[in-house]
Parts: sequence; structure tokens; C-alpha cells
Amino acid sequence: MGELTDAFAAAAGMVVGLDPDLVEIVLLSLRVSLVAVGLAAVIGLPLGAAVALFRFPGRGAAAVLLNALMGLPPVVVGLIVYLLLSRAGPFGVLGLLFTPTAMIIAQTMLVLPIIAALGRQVVEDLWRDYAEQLRSLGAGPARAIPTLLWDGRFTLLTAVLAGFGRASAEVGAVMIVGGNIDHATRVMTTAIALETSKGDLVLALGLGLVLIGLSLGVNGLAYGMRGLGRFAG
Amino acid sequence: MRATPSVLPLHVRGVSYVVDGKALLSDIDFTLTDGSRTIMLGPNGAGKSLTLRLCHGLLQPSTGEISWAVPHRVAARAQAMVFQRPVMLRRSAAANVAYALAVRGVPRRRRGPRVAEALAAAGLADRAATPARVLSAGQQQRLALARAWALEPEVLFLDEPTANLDPAATHAIERVINAFRGRGTKIVMTTHDLGQARRLADHVLFLHRGRLVEQGPAEAFFSRPASREARSFIKGELLW
Repeated sequence: MGELTDAFAAAAGMVVGLDPDLVEIVLLSLRVSLVAVGLAAVIGLPLGAAVALFRFPGRGAAAVLLNALMGLPPVVVGLIVYLLLSRAGPFGVLGLLFTPTAMIIAQTMLVLPIIAALGRQVVEDLWRDYAEQLRSLGAGPARAIPTLLWDGRFTLLTAVLAGFGRASAEVGAVMIVGGNIDHATRVMTTAIALETSKGDLVLALGLGLVLIGLSLGVNGLAYGMRGLGRFAG
Repeated sequence: MRATPSVLPLHVRGVSYVVDGKALLSDIDFTLTDGSRTIMLGPNGAGKSLTLRLCHGLLQPSTGEISWAVPHRVAARAQAMVFQRPVMLRRSAAANVAYALAVRGVPRRRRGPRVAEALAAAGLADRAATPARVLSAGQQQRLALARAWALEPEVLFLDEPTANLDPAATHAIERVINAFRGRGTKIVMTTHDLGQARRLADHVLFLHRGRLVEQGPAEAFFSRPASREARSFIKGELLW
């Protein structure tokens, strides 16, 4: 029991004291996950909106597929990206395996379906209310996509934050394609897994505290966004 | 006043609208010509809103034909519609009006003056920067009218625009509608409110149970209704 409280105290000290190793890992984590979520949002939101607004054969199947991909296991995504980027894979020549770029690709693939599926739902609900008015003004589905994405911005931001929560907390994908290389591809989750297995509980706990704080912050932000959405009518 | 050729008359010939084998509208025939105010009158469920949506092109008739003096694509740009429940985008009142102009392809630099003029026409000049969704129901409906005003339509469709409003707000809406009339806009409006029909109508289309029962100049319709249904509706009897 005493050992545990000591470890907690040391971990908290590391966080407060901005331990260089810890900061490096946190910053890489943030960089990878933020870029991945940014990419996923830029691709996923218009994609989800298009599935919501356009009538095309297989539209129902596309919606089901998006929802199903939301639950994609990170290790499977990691494996697929690994196969694509490995020396023998189609993109092997790029030499991206075990780099932060590979981790960004994997997390983008992981988060894209979440953002697209939630975005599709939000836009479809909006379109039900807006369709007649927008058609009356002369706006077809293509013109309506940016309009509805902007009008749903507060709700959509919570979808993006959900994506960020998923990206920053997953271990499997970044472990496989990043390799957890010290000072290169070590992020919070992979470092926690490694340090724990090595028995270095202090760094693991310190990173765990940051991760939990991040999760709290993201959820607080999502909650605040919903409030802001209501305020803006 | 208008540089482009008129889109009127609108011919509605033998139009029906069928959903799941049930005819919601049957054998509708009428012609809308000049810039007078046409009121579609009748109890709830008579098919007034459906008829309006068919005319505006939001729905396609099951049978029959709806034709303007110009092709539909051209006619669509000369129309605007105000709905019973206005849909406002989550942006300022002025931006809502500007949006409508943007969709119609009006260049950005020419939008400002038209937005200001439209808001002024609807009595909302001091609300330009207010988020549209924060406005009261009556103000939102006037904003919907301002949005239509900016588009300078030749034909304005209104679907029960005052159904959910109190008398003061209704009065304000009717004033804007008459301002449209003053600009030469053809008004086509549905209502189940007999008093409103008397105040606004130049011409009446009376619908009941999906049929056009009677049509004619307002004065004649209200003083000498020809059909039994119209007689009891005007007398204020319950009609369904």
C-alpha cells in the first residue's frame, strides 16, 4: 500500500515538474492524435454528410458499413496499416513503418469511421428539418453539405472529440505500426504498457494521470460545446 | 418594372396527388395570372399545403400537369416560399438573408444592400446581428419574409404563415405581405383563418377534402358562395 502511494506521489511530482521524458511522450501523443483526428474530420465529416444527403444505390449499405467500422479493433487497423507499409507491402518504398507518420495513418483510419458515422447521423437529422426550406431556396444536396456541416458545428464537434478520445486512448494500432521506439514513436499508451511490464510504475502512473486528465478535459469541452450550441439557439 | 419575362400564368391542370393508393388531391384545376393575392382557403387537411408545395415544385403531381409560362428551372428562380414553421440557419438574421442570395448566385459585394433593404422591409433592421434562432416566433417569420423579399420573387407562396402567432405578430406579418403586393409580387397563401382570408384575398381557391370545390373573386365568394361546403365554412360551421 505504501509503495503505491509513494509511486502516486512520485508520478504526480513528475507531472507537476514537467519531467522531460514525460513531456516528450505527451507531446508526441498529442501531435499524432491531433493530426489524425484533424485528417479524419476533414475527410469524414463531408463523407458522412454526403452519405446522409445523396440518394445512391447502396446508400443503406454504406450507412451500415460506417456504423460497423466504428467498432473496428485498433490491433486490426494496426495490422492492416503494418501490412500496407511493411517492406513487402504496396507502400513499403515510402519507408514509413515505425515512424510517427505511420501512427497518424493508423489512427486516422481508426477514427475516420467514428467521425463519419456520427456526422452522417447529425446531418441526416438536420436535413429532415431543413430539406424543404433549402430546396425552396434552390440549394440541392451538394450545396447543402457545407451549410449543414456549419449549422451542426456544435454537435459535430462532440463527434470529433469522441474521435480524439478514441485515438488518444488506443494502444494496439500505434504499438504495431509505431513500434514503441524510445524518443521516436513512444506515445502515452504504449509507454504505459511498456513501463508497467518493466515494473517502472512511476512513469506509467504519471502518463496515466495525464491521459485521464486529457479525457476529463475533452469530455468537459464536449459538455461545454453542447451548452454553447444551446445558447446560440 | 421587371426586366425578365413573367413566369405567370401558372396552369394547374387535372392534378392529383396519391400516397399509398390514397388520393390526397384529385382533379385540381386552376390558373394563376396577374399579381393579385390568391388565398387558398379550407379546413385543415383539405390539401392546401400540398397544393402549394406542388405549385412550388417541392412535390411532383401523381397525375396532371403544372406548367409556368417559362421552363420550370427558370420559374423556380422567380419564386420564394414562406413555411408555417420557418427554418432558420444557426447564424445572424442578416446572414440568413445573405445565404439565400448566395445560393441564388448573387455576388458577395451586391448582397449587403439587398440584405439591409429586406430586413428593413420586414421591420428587422435593428435585429441584423441577432442570432436568428434567438428571435421570437413572430420575428423569425418576419425574417423568413425578409429572406423572401431579398430574392425579389415574382411569386411568393405562403403556407399558413401566421398559424402559430398572436394577433400583434399576425398583423405585422400581414403588413409585410401587403408590402410584397405593393411591389407587384403575386401572393399565393394558404389559411384556414376566415378573417385573414377576408382581409387579404383578392381571389379565393376553396378546397375541401382534396378537391377544389370553388374558386372566384373574393368579394363574390364571401357574399355569394356557390357550394354548400363554402356556405357552411363562411357561416363558421364546423366543416371536416
